[in-house]
Order: sequence, then C-alpha cells, then structure tokens
Amino acid sequence: MSAMLPPGFRIQRETNTEEFFINMGPQHPSTHGALRLALRMDGETIVEVVPHFGYIHRGMEKQAESMSYLQYIALSDRQDYLTAIQNNLGVVIALEKGMNVGVPEKAEYIRVMLQELGRIASHLVFYGCFGGDLGGQTCLLFGFKEREMIHDILEEVTGSRLTTNYFRPGGSRSDVPDTFVPRVKAFLDHLEDAMRDYERFLSKNVIVLERSIGIGVLSKEDAIAYGCSGPVLRASGVNFDVRRVNPYSIYDQFDFDIPVFQNGDCYDRYKIRIAEIHESMKILRQCVEKFPKEGPWRSKEKPVRLPEGRYYSEIETAKGLYATYVVAATTGEKPYRIHTRGPSFPHIAALNKMAQGHKISDLVTIMATLDPVIPEIDR
Amino acid sequence: MQENITLLQYFKRYFKRCITGPWSLICGLSVSLKYFFDPRRIVTEQYPENRKTLKMHERFRGRLEMIEDEEGNNRCTACGMCERACPNASINVLSTKNIAGKKVLGRYVYHFASCTQCGLCVEACPFGAIRMNQDFEVATTDPNTLEMILNKKEGQG
Amino acid sequence: MFVPSVTNPIGDFVRDMVPRVAEFLPASLQSDTLNSIAAFLINALICVIAVCAVNIGSAPILIFMERKVCAHIQCRLGPMRLGWHGTIQTIADVIKMLFKEVYAPSGADKLMFYLAPLIVLIAPFIVCALIPFGENLVVADVDMGIPLIIAVNGFGVLGILLGGWSSNNKYSLLGALRSGAQMISYEISFAMILLFVVMISGSTNLMSITMGQAGTIADWWIFKIPVLGIIAFILFFISSTAEMNRAPFDIAEAEQELTGGYHTEYNGTPFAMFYLAEYIALVTNSALATTCFLGGFLPPCIGVAFVDNYLNMVPGVVWFFAKVYFMIWCYMMVRWTFVRPRVDQLMDFEWKFLLPVNLVLLCAGAAYIVIVG
Repeated sequence: MSAMLPPGFRIQRETNTEEFFINMGPQHPSTHGALRLALRMDGETIVEVVPHFGYIHRGMEKQAESMSYLQYIALSDRQDYLTAIQNNLGVVIALEKGMNVGVPEKAEYIRVMLQELGRIASHLVFYGCFGGDLGGQTCLLFGFKEREMIHDILEEVTGSRLTTNYFRPGGSRSDVPDTFVPRVKAFLDHLEDAMRDYERFLSKNVIVLERSIGIGVLSKEDAIAYGCSGPVLRASGVNFDVRRVNPYSIYDQFDFDIPVFQNGDCYDRYKIRIAEIHESMKILRQCVEKFPKEGPWRSKEKPVRLPEGRYYSEIETAKGLYATYVVAATTGEKPYRIHTRGPSFPHIAALNKMAQGHKISDLVTIMATLDPVIPEIDR
Repeated sequence: MQENITLLQYFKRYFKRCITGPWSLICGLSVSLKYFFDPRRIVTEQYPENRKTLKMHERFRGRLEMIEDEEGNNRCTACGMCERACPNASINVLSTKNIAGKKVLGRYVYHFASCTQCGLCVEACPFGAIRMNQDFEVATTDPNTLEMILNKKEGQG
Repeated sequence: MFVPSVTNPIGDFVRDMVPRVAEFLPASLQSDTLNSIAAFLINALICVIAVCAVNIGSAPILIFMERKVCAHIQCRLGPMRLGWHGTIQTIADVIKMLFKEVYAPSGADKLMFYLAPLIVLIAPFIVCALIPFGENLVVADVDMGIPLIIAVNGFGVLGILLGGWSSNNKYSLLGALRSGAQMISYEISFAMILLFVVMISGSTNLMSITMGQAGTIADWWIFKIPVLGIIAFILFFISSTAEMNRAPFDIAEAEQELTGGYHTEYNGTPFAMFYLAEYIALVTNSALATTCFLGGFLPPCIGVAFVDNYLNMVPGVVWFFAKVYFMIWCYMMVRWTFVRPRVDQLMDFEWKFLLPVNLVLLCAGAAYIVIVG
C-alpha cells in the first residue's frame, strides 16, 4: 500500500487532537481548600498539572514577628485546622527547648492522648473526604459523625472544638476534668464498632479498589526526593516516623507499630491511614490504663521568655512531619522569626508526577488520598 | 498502566471478580440498611427547638465578660495585662483616676467583632477579673452592638 | 375514524356520556362525527391529565423521599421544619426555583440551550403512557410496547448532549460527552433484558406481560424462572440506573469532579426541568421494572384462600404504586451507598461484563423454555 503513494507523502497516523486547558479553580468541591489546579488535558487524560496556591495566605509568619510566643501558639491553631492540637504541640516543644523546662508525667500523658485524638480526628476527615470525593457522600457524614465525639472531648478539656490553644511550655493551660479519661474510654469502644462498619463500607468495595489500585503511584525515590512525609511516605515503602526516629514526648514508652506499605498507590495511602487509626487507638488504650491521676499538670509557671538562639522541633502530625524553627535574636518575649514547615507542601508539589497520564477522576482520587490542608501550605 | 498478563490469568481474574465484586457491594449495602433501620443512631439535634436544654461545657470559651458581685463591683485594677496578651488588640482598657487620685478602671472596651475567643486575656489576668462565658448565640444584625463596654461601675483599684 | 384500538370502562363511559350531553346543544351542532371527535378529545385529555398527575404529582413526593432516605442512611433526620416532619419542604423548594432568574451564559447557543430540558422530558412521559397501572388503567395499550420503549429512550441522550454542548463551558462538554457514551452503551443492556422478558412471557404487549404473572407470588417473572429471573432483575436494575444517570453511574453530573456536568450553567425553571426529568424517569423505570418483574398491579397472593380474599379486595392501583415505591426506595438506597466508577471503568463494565452476561442469560433463558416449556 505504501509503495503506491507518491514520494515524500506522509500518512498521518494519529488523529489531530488538540490539548486544552481547564481550570480546577480555587472554588471547587474537592480541592481540599482554596487551591487552583491548572490542568493541561488531552481529552480526558491529564498531560500536566500546575498547582497555584496562596489564595488563603494570611501572613502568619510575618505576624509572628510582632507577637509574643504565647500569642503565636494561639495563631498556630489555624494552620492545619483539622488537628489544631497537634500544631500547638509543635510550637510548644520548640519553646521548651529554648526555655529549658521539663514536663511532668501527667502533662506528658495528656499531651500524648490529645495528640492521638487529633490524629484520629484528621484521619476520619480523610476517610470522609475520600469516600465523598469518589462519589459516596454518605462517607462524608460517617467520618464527621465520629469526629463530633472527639470535638466534644476537646471542648470539655480545652474550651473550644477546633482552635484549641491548649498546650503551654511546661505542660498545658489547665488540668483535664475528671470526666476526660472515662469519655476517651467510651469513645474508643464506640469507635471500634464504627470502624468495623466503615471498613466494611469502603475497604473491599470493588468500585473503590478499581478506582484506587495502581493510581497515582509515587515511587520510593520520588517520595524521598520531593520531601514527602507521614502516611504518603510510608505508603511508598519508606519506614520513617518521627515518633520512632526522633522520639518526642513519651512516645518511646508505648507499644505501637508503624504500618508501611510498598506500592505507593492510592489504595495503599488509604489503607495506611485506616491502619494508623487502629494504632492510635492502641496507644490511647495504653494511656487510659496508665494515666496518672495525681500529679502536676504543668511545671512551675514562668513567663515565656526565650534566650537568644535558634530552636527547632519536629513532630509527626497526622499529615506528616511538622517542624517549627524559632529564631530569637534577643532574650525576650517576642521572636525575631518563626518558620513552620507544613507537611502538605511537598505533597502538592508531587501531584504533577503522580497525576500525569491519568484521568480527571483519578486526579480527584489522588488529591483525596494525599489529604492536603491548603491553609497549612499558605499559612 | 497496561500490564502484560496471559489470557488464562485474565480469565481467572475476571471470574474471581465476578464473585468478590457483588459480595463487596452487598456488604456495603448491609451497612446502609443497618443505619437506615436503626433510629437510635440519629446523632443530630433539632436546634432551635431544644434551646432550653442546651448546656455548654464549663470551659467553653464564649464571649468575654467581667465578673461582678451582687453590688456590681469588679476586681479589675486596670493593669492592662489582658490588653497586652490579646493577639489582635480586641481589648482597650481605659483607666481614669478616682477621687483619691489612684488609677482605677474607667471603661473596659471589648471589640467582640475581632475577638478570636482564644482566652489568652483570661489567662493573663492576675486578679481573675474576667472570664469567658457560655454564650454561643452571638450573631447580630447590628455591628454596633459588637463594641461592648464590659464594666458597669468604675473599678476599685 | 376516531375508533379506539382498545376499549376500557373509562373510555366507554365518556363515549356514552357525550351523545347524552350533546342532546342539550342546538340541532345544527349534533352529528355523529362531532360526537366521536369530542369523545376522543375528552378521552385524550383525561389520559394526559392522568399521566401528568402520576408523574408530576410524584416528583415532589420523590424529592422529599430522597432527602429522607439519604438522611436516615447518614444518621440524621433530613427536613423537619416545614409541615409535619418536613413534608411540604419540596413545595417551598419548587417555588424558590421557579422564581430564579433564567439566563443563558454568553456564547451559548440559545435555542438549543432552552430546548434541551424540554427534550429530556419527552421519553419518560411517553413510556409512562404505555404502562398499565391497573386492570383497565392503561393509556395506550400498544401491541409493540417494549420496542417502543426502547426506541424512545434515545431522547434522554439527545437532551443531555444538547444541554452540555450548548452551554459554552468545558465542564459541561465533558459531562455531556461522558453521558452520551454511557447512555448509548447501557441501552444495549437495557434492551437485552427487556428482550429476555419478552422471551419468557411470549408477548411485547405490557398488559399481556402483566397478566402472564397472574396467580401467586411465585408466578411473578422474577420468581417463575428459578435463578435467571433474579439475575435478570438485578441486571435490569443496573442498566436502568445507568440509563437514568443516577448514582453510582452519575458521571455526567459528578459534582466532585465536574461541579455539575451538563447542568452547570442551568438555573431556575430549566434546571427544575432537568431535575424533574430525572425523577420522572425514576418513576417510569420503577414502573417498568414492576410491570416486567414484580407482577404489575397484581396482588402478592400466597395461595392461602383466606388471606388471598383480603389481598384481592385491595384495588390493583394500590398494589402497583406500593411496588413502584418499593423499587424507588431500592434505587435510592443504592444511590447513597456506592461510590462512582471512573468513565472508562463504566464502559468496561458494560461492554466486558454486562453484555456477555446478558447474552449468556438469553441463551440460558431460551434453554429453560425449550427444556421446561
């Protein structure tokens, strides 16, 4: 056939399709915050994803230059607002390194319990948004139903459901009420049953498996290169958890596993967060048994003044490695600069790598499993 | 995305999925049915109808108020610690001098519109003169009501 | 001339009354042709009103039912304020929607934009006219009922494609194209299941299909053929869900991905029409499922004479609507339980799974008929 064509004549083998540009704008039901994704698409297939953020930039680090340390703890609630209690701890550990104060045992137990409650709360939002973004809006309400119980506990202890502002250098702001430990115990029993139902609802569902296995694979080398952390990193095969590698608070006294999966696709990132909920429940049960009823909940209250120097702390929040870097130029109550490293920024940076070649529905799944919180990126 | 598998493997996977697929869907439906038919699982409250029985937790941080005894005396000495502790300048402590020439509280101006209800002011007060109350129904149509004067009488110092 | 193809008591009653009423008119206006024309027109008007009442009257009930079913699955209560437990909530929503401003986005093809919602409404109404609601309650008892239903389903596809294309919006375009591909594929499955029903019942007339299930509950087509009936029913359920663009097959209007799909740019009355079309299609498809598989308007007799006497006293219409609402409840439970497959997975499901299973089912059905008779 080709011998009959005149010389120099080329047959066009591919259809002449154009790529087009579509904008998953800052207002979209499933971009987890005000994030703009500029997509270059070839039909339904994604060629390139360029994230634009900054829509919710509030100038927190600039404000920190004119606030005292205590006021910055109140501001740090608003970074990753799904687990505000964990943000508080990140800042406070850096301050404690500067002030060189110890923390009494009861305060440490309170810290670990509230941290794990915050982790479960964040992963429940992940579960809800994962199911909701995939199309089953019932999951959204299931996730938030259990989270309401955690909010209740947090409100009783700290006074506020979301912006907790609870930890202070040397302990916490106030003691926990007597009903705290029984409430946590009742919540754990309730959550066991609920998680059984929720796993039956989604985990082996054939449609969920089809939509998430093999999608958005992030290899081990890429995950480390981009700086991912937390469940995203551990789902790609890297066994790195700050609570084991660089233990803070009293995490080295508890017996818990770090789940690690090898494939790095969406289904692994889903499985790992469900496994982490179970591990957090394990830690909470151990805390409930060993909780010291007597004891000081704060070491002697001193004004929060840091000597001159640079102080760094890193903790493992539900999203990943959350680090705080405090620069105190003079001994005093106000910092020169505070910088926070939010774990969601590298995840969004890796989105392009993960989403190329997939369809737009897969992009939504990948975003849901990365579980970013955009205000944490924009601060 | 396409892996190379043999025809036999393809058919094995196909038929296995014919069984496991519908079973997983039936499991999901069973959870739905369980939640549909069990009215004890309802977790929502009917809000305006249950207002009389609503009680917040003791530590709930609602609106700031000044603690006053029966005669209306407060414990504020106009030291200004709360004004310094507030992250976004929602408190203005205006002091005056009383007859003896001592500095006392004149007016305690509270900008509720910009208050983040963090409670740092309550923590900072050395005399326990202010607290956050349990008021959560604070929406209003008139922004002028959000500029409040918290004290009724001048302070005693 | 205007001789009806089938007689039923209501039509006969009208045809009797018209000459008697016409006696009061002056003599110049009395004639047989005028009487038959008048009888025909009055009959037609009654039929139109009946079909509209069933469909448009059910839509508010269905919207309310959807919200309540959704709420109870999600451990909450749903609308509770307007009316007793929120019963007149839908009327308030409809009034709100009707008063909204109607405009086409700039660059949209105005004729197609405003025509699309009307086209989507055509198919469900036509199908509803063919379905027997009771012993003598069928608007058009056509001999080729099933092929007519299959033929008319194409209007749904046309309306959605028009709406999405004419909106001048990339998201709408994506949604419309996805939906076009989906509905065309699932029509094959839909047609094959109806073919199975025709095969086992021996007729394409919906009234005969219903009357072929007379007897006890074991005579319904879903139970009469041992395992194949249930499999056919489930396949019909899946195909009709896909035909209606209902979750889990609602990729055309997937909110989380396309923020609305083909009806993104619609608001006010045109949007209400798309919404209405979805619910009327739900009623119609449930009615079709009831007629073909669940015994139509026949009572679920169990063979015990004592109970059957009471069951037979309840009019057929009541049984019909009870079964239709049960089917609608099943559709709603499935909607709020499952997540959505991706577009290509949806196509895979139809072409690689449903179509082979349908063919195997047809062969098995044929074998059953030959062997058992």
